[in-house]
Amino acid sequence: MSNLPPLQLHIPVPPSRPGEPVSFDHFTFPAAGSVRCPDSAVDESEMRDLPYDLIRVLDEEGAAVGPWDPGLSPDILRRGLRAMLLTRIFDDRMFKAHRQGKTSFYMKSTGEEAIGAAQSLMLGKNDMCFPTYRVMSWLMARDYPLIDMVNQIFSNAQDPLKGRQMPILFSAREYGFYSLSGNVGSRFGHAVGWAMASAYKNRNDIALAYIGEGTTAEGDFHEALTFASVYRAPVILCVTNNQWAISSFSGIAGAEATTFAAKAIAYGLPGLRVDGNDFLAVAAATRWAEERARNNHGATLIEFFTYRVAGHSTSDDPTKYRPTEEAEKWPLGDPITRLKQHLIAIGEWSEERHESMATELTETVRATVKQGEAVGTLGKSKPSTREMFEGVFAEPDWRVIEQRRELGV
Amino acid sequence: MTSMNMIQALNNALDVKLTQDPDVLIFGEDAGYFGGVFRVTDKLQEKHGLTRCFDTPIAEGGIIATAIGMGAYGLRPVAEIQFADYILPAFDQLVSEAARLRYRSNGEFSAPITVRSPYGGGIFGGQTHSQSPEAIFAHITGLKTVIPSNPYDAKGLLIASIECDDPVIFLEPKRIYNGPFEGYHDRPIKTWAGHPMADVPEGHYTLPLGKAAITRSGQDVTVLAYGTMVHVALAGIEESGIDAELIDLRSIVPLDIDTIVESVKKTGRCVIFHEASRFGGFGGELSALVQERCFYHLTAPIERIAGWDTPYPHAFEWDYFPGADRLVAALRRTMEA
Repeated sequence: MSNLPPLQLHIPVPPSRPGEPVSFDHFTFPAAGSVRCPDSAVDESEMRDLPYDLIRVLDEEGAAVGPWDPGLSPDILRRGLRAMLLTRIFDDRMFKAHRQGKTSFYMKSTGEEAIGAAQSLMLGKNDMCFPTYRVMSWLMARDYPLIDMVNQIFSNAQDPLKGRQMPILFSAREYGFYSLSGNVGSRFGHAVGWAMASAYKNRNDIALAYIGEGTTAEGDFHEALTFASVYRAPVILCVTNNQWAISSFSGIAGAEATTFAAKAIAYGLPGLRVDGNDFLAVAAATRWAEERARNNHGATLIEFFTYRVAGHSTSDDPTKYRPTEEAEKWPLGDPITRLKQHLIAIGEWSEERHESMATELTETVRATVKQGEAVGTLGKSKPSTREMFEGVFAEPDWRVIEQRRELGV
Repeated sequence: MTSMNMIQALNNALDVKLTQDPDVLIFGEDAGYFGGVFRVTDKLQEKHGLTRCFDTPIAEGGIIATAIGMGAYGLRPVAEIQFADYILPAFDQLVSEAARLRYRSNGEFSAPITVRSPYGGGIFGGQTHSQSPEAIFAHITGLKTVIPSNPYDAKGLLIASIECDDPVIFLEPKRIYNGPFEGYHDRPIKTWAGHPMADVPEGHYTLPLGKAAITRSGQDVTVLAYGTMVHVALAGIEESGIDAELIDLRSIVPLDIDTIVESVKKTGRCVIFHEASRFGGFGGELSALVQERCFYHLTAPIERIAGWDTPYPHAFEWDYFPGADRLVAALRRTMEA
């Protein structure tokens, strides 16, 4: 025993920090179209290679290749492109609005727009998504009124959530978008409960939940997978692995040891690992998991491998913890550019049409933000203070009534 | 009317709801086939089917998260947490999710869930089967906390909790599941047989949440209690010979402040009596409310008789548990002040 070297505590560190050369050598990226596509009813034990692979459909030239090509219509692709571009433009505008003091907080989805947009278009009206704050493209793809978003972000008199919730923590039941909150992971199990309720009622609705790779360390993640597996819940459980949890790289959440998709194996659930910047791959994996869920074969865990281009939120400066060039060097490219390239390659889009759509969306966002500003920005307008006391319970108890009177509202 | 103990009354309440409402379902650790470690869900799976009453993994956070998702979907889940001491892994779900969902979503989603859990001491359960955590739930706005003290109330309050559109923590005083307990562990065990509150109608009825019961009318001092301590208090009052008014709060959120204030204004004295440890306990809130609303009617300082500020001990259970003797002493001090 005494001949053993002393133990060393291992603390994971990312391959590069600010000022160091960017390296993605620790990742391997299989060619588009190279991953097999099993039948969605297959037993999980027959697909344990997939969590370690990476499903990609779009190749370098923008062609859709391989067995995962979802064969979507150009119309759906253009809707997806529009939703992604709108999300990007809206994010940039609202980020600026934060810097101008018009709101207290904002979070961008930059680089991850394909995930929410493609999944939103794949699932049905009665399905429910349990979002994170970085899938705003879900709402964009379902034409959620932009003005409601702006008013919520400004917490003004027209805020649909009555000034009770931080910016972008939306709730939009009619759009299949469950109430967001600022603590991460705690809605992951709600999706499982929701899906179990649908099965209990013998309906066909399914649920879809998101969690960040950093949050997979929370007990909520493991409990949700356990319940989803035990009760064969019709739910799609998605890990958006964007490499960064604020300033902590994915290694701090366990990525040095295995993939996030591979966590599924221990629960006996299928795990898919998917290029999250590839709209077609996201759509295909979602459709596969949807089919499996709707046919009562239960849950699927999907890891979307992507990159968080912007900071975590308006409150952090990413240049303080990672190289500035990391985002532009991300080997899987930009989801908008890639879908655009594909649409042009198949003759269903052009640079001119893209330019014109960008101009139109920029104008729409500008006009809508202006409309929201006319109602008021943070601190200049707010819902009736009475709203602070509403909705605590279905019916207010005496405390709430007394305190409302004490405040004189 | 049938004579029922508290377990039977709770089982009957669940049976009534399962029969009446297809959206009600029950789950928890060992709650399915076996019927729960205290038998409260006994035979419900056999009678109503596998999907209506089933076992869960040992993951309290997962149980409550699942219940919230089901509630948001439109069901009325009743989740059992095997002992209230085990509820803490689910605390984030209760505080950050169940209690806030309606408010933050402006009513788009809500969590009409009932979380049943046996609580309290007196069974030699040590620190992991004896605690009284009601105050930590009372502090969380958005949650209701209900604590019955007898079979009749247990059934009516449980049905009301299941029908309530808000999340309800339903704490069942396990020491009185089988019979009222007067705080004397060395005296013969009593059963509910023959107790007037053990006469329980078979069918559907509810008791309003937030309405206290005056268990004993009196003129000299008001005693506030709930759960097991209602019975201990009654024994102490009889023993003291003091004409005390005993209020069984039945729910601490919503709290029946009117009944409390009316009584204290009449008696001018108030003794608060709970099992939970004293510092930061619900007695502190009760004391503050009484002081704020009845100060000029008070003729004596408000007394709090509670568990000591130690973890719930095993061998020292009867040194820890606030018995009738401590209440008698407090009543005498209050009357002499």
